[in-house]
Amino acid sequence: MAQITMAKALTNGLRAAMEADPTVLIMGEDVGKLGGVFRVTDGLQKDFGEERVIDTPLAESGILGTAVGLAMRGYRPVCEIQFDGFVYPAYDQIVSQVAKLHFRSQGKLPMPIVVRIPFGGGIGAVEHHSESPEAQFAHTAGLKVVAVANPVDAYWMIQQAIASDDPVVFFEPKRRYWEKAELDESVEPVPLHSSRVVREGNDVTVLTYGPMVKTALEAAIAASEEGRSLEVIDLRTLSPLDMGPVAASVRKTGHVVVVHEAVVNLGMGAEIAARISESCFYSLEAPVLRVGGFDTPYPPSRVEEEYLPDLDRVLDAVDRSLAF
Amino acid sequence: MSDPELGDVFGPSGDGDDPELVQLLTPEGERREHPDYAADLDDEAIAGLYRDLVLTRRIDTEATALQRQGELGIWASLLGQEAAQIGSGRAMLPQDFAFPTYREHGVAWCRGVDPLYLLGLFRGVDQGGWDPRETGFGLYTIVIGAQTLHATGYAMGLQRDGVVGSGDESRDAGVIAYFGDGATSQGDVNEAFIWASVFNAPVVFFCQNNQWAISEPIERQTRIPLYQRALGFGFPGVRVDGNDVLACYAVTQAALRRAREGSGPTFVEAYTYRMGAHTTSDDPTRYRLNDELDRWKAKDPIARVKAYLHTTTAADDQFFEGVEQEADELATHVREGCLGMPDPHVLDIFDQVYAEQTPELAEQKEQYAAYLSSFEGAH
Repeated sequence: MAQITMAKALTNGLRAAMEADPTVLIMGEDVGKLGGVFRVTDGLQKDFGEERVIDTPLAESGILGTAVGLAMRGYRPVCEIQFDGFVYPAYDQIVSQVAKLHFRSQGKLPMPIVVRIPFGGGIGAVEHHSESPEAQFAHTAGLKVVAVANPVDAYWMIQQAIASDDPVVFFEPKRRYWEKAELDESVEPVPLHSSRVVREGNDVTVLTYGPMVKTALEAAIAASEEGRSLEVIDLRTLSPLDMGPVAASVRKTGHVVVVHEAVVNLGMGAEIAARISESCFYSLEAPVLRVGGFDTPYPPSRVEEEYLPDLDRVLDAVDRSLAF
Repeated sequence: MSDPELGDVFGPSGDGDDPELVQLLTPEGERREHPDYAADLDDEAIAGLYRDLVLTRRIDTEATALQRQGELGIWASLLGQEAAQIGSGRAMLPQDFAFPTYREHGVAWCRGVDPLYLLGLFRGVDQGGWDPRETGFGLYTIVIGAQTLHATGYAMGLQRDGVVGSGDESRDAGVIAYFGDGATSQGDVNEAFIWASVFNAPVVFFCQNNQWAISEPIERQTRIPLYQRALGFGFPGVRVDGNDVLACYAVTQAALRRAREGSGPTFVEAYTYRMGAHTTSDDPTRYRLNDELDRWKAKDPIARVKAYLHTTTAADDQFFEGVEQEADELATHVREGCLGMPDPHVLDIFDQVYAEQTPELAEQKEQYAAYLSSFEGAH
């Protein structure tokens, strides 16, 4: 079976969604002729036309604001935000309009909008191109938030997000766009809002998502060489959280490390740690530890490798947890 | 910053001397011809508009009173803007769609939205109970200008549905985005202008320039007349006497026709005046002078229609008495309906967040329900 990159898997997933449902539209800056700056929408305008794959004016609030109107008219807009740091001009429309209209209208105005955001660092980019704003959306009632970590999930989760009648903020780890995997389209996907154990282990539970899943898996391999068995869970869904697999793992290991690129302060790890302490208090052998970006703005790229959690910092936290 | 010369730029007299102001009915109730616009309305239809104006003002008066009596948390009065709203609202066809601010009570009336729904929002029993799809009237939007983008997106949807410029007048549709003079400073509104322009979207940008954004005068929003901004975005702009229901009707009708036939957006600046406070929480005596208000009272949107109907004998005393009686009945409906509105149940809010409920929210609801029930039987 052929290997496929995450970027290509997303393209194929978008194509499948557009073929399945004529109300699916793609909107964003440079998504048409160029195929997006990461080429995720490559070839879609050629095949589906300019009415369905819309090169928009350069205005993020405009993208989301017009998507609201299109959704009210029965369309399913898939909006591309070119880079994580450019989502803030659209933040008001996402938080005050997209997230609330179903609620305000008592369900009369569903908002089946997907906001695709390439996120995270590690590509040597200039400022505003490497951020991890997921917690800011997970904190907003009315939105659903997911992050993909591999090409197979990318292919299925984008289709599931588009099929959802709720707005979904869809985070794509840009430094993993070119990672490859085999994609067997005949294998049924798991539900969108479910977490998954991606490596079994007994000593420490490592919870992560998006770009850090690969890092965590590499850490687990390194740890195993030292005789330590890490269980790695790809959270996949950040709002709602799927705590079932997490609780089962924590009850087994008693040790938890949460890893994300986003700053630690009030990041996803904070919520996850609180929930674990509520549901697994007597199983814990150590406090839930968090590994993430420092509480600084994203730094110049020449030091980003120090800022981003890597294999060693994950293992350091594992050591601290086990030594507690 | 105060520039006396700006007064000439901003302030058409409103008495018809400004050649750029479309006016078809003077404050004295005399009809005027305009080279580009005519209201294709007979006297019976004009009497119908009079009825709309009076009833809308009565809804507003009653709602303000209910707020003063503690029955509404707040109310945003449309006093003075009735003609702009009724004229534009009555120019719409059933298949058109309006995206309001939070002050478009007159447009809501034209779209068949029971005023009680409007009161529900300000009473705090819901956040907009009417069905936007059924009425073609979107939910009230409080974040200034956000709805202009929704309107533009909806208009783009109409284009994709093949109901713009098809030549079938029973199907072709357009959109009106309502907003105020303050909103023209918002990024969203300017983005909406750009989008509508480059996509040639069938949307009418209907700006009620009521001269005041809470306490800030129009001079704080712009250095040129607002309707002239449209040219820079690539579509026509027109300034209409916002207190002249016939002119508002004619100009909006023309703009909507243009939209429906696929000729793109139009900016309409309805030059009017907010005769009341911004909301019932506002105190305009802190920032504006009474003589300004007195000048605008002379241009009242209802008085001129009444004068016209009187002097032309198009309507008799019986008609006016009938409208007054209807207004009394409507006021009773508004008052009794408001007082009779049931409070929402807190447990329902958990079910309205998502189309597909999340397990964690369902659990939160269950926990709170259990907490509530723990008080049952307690003293």
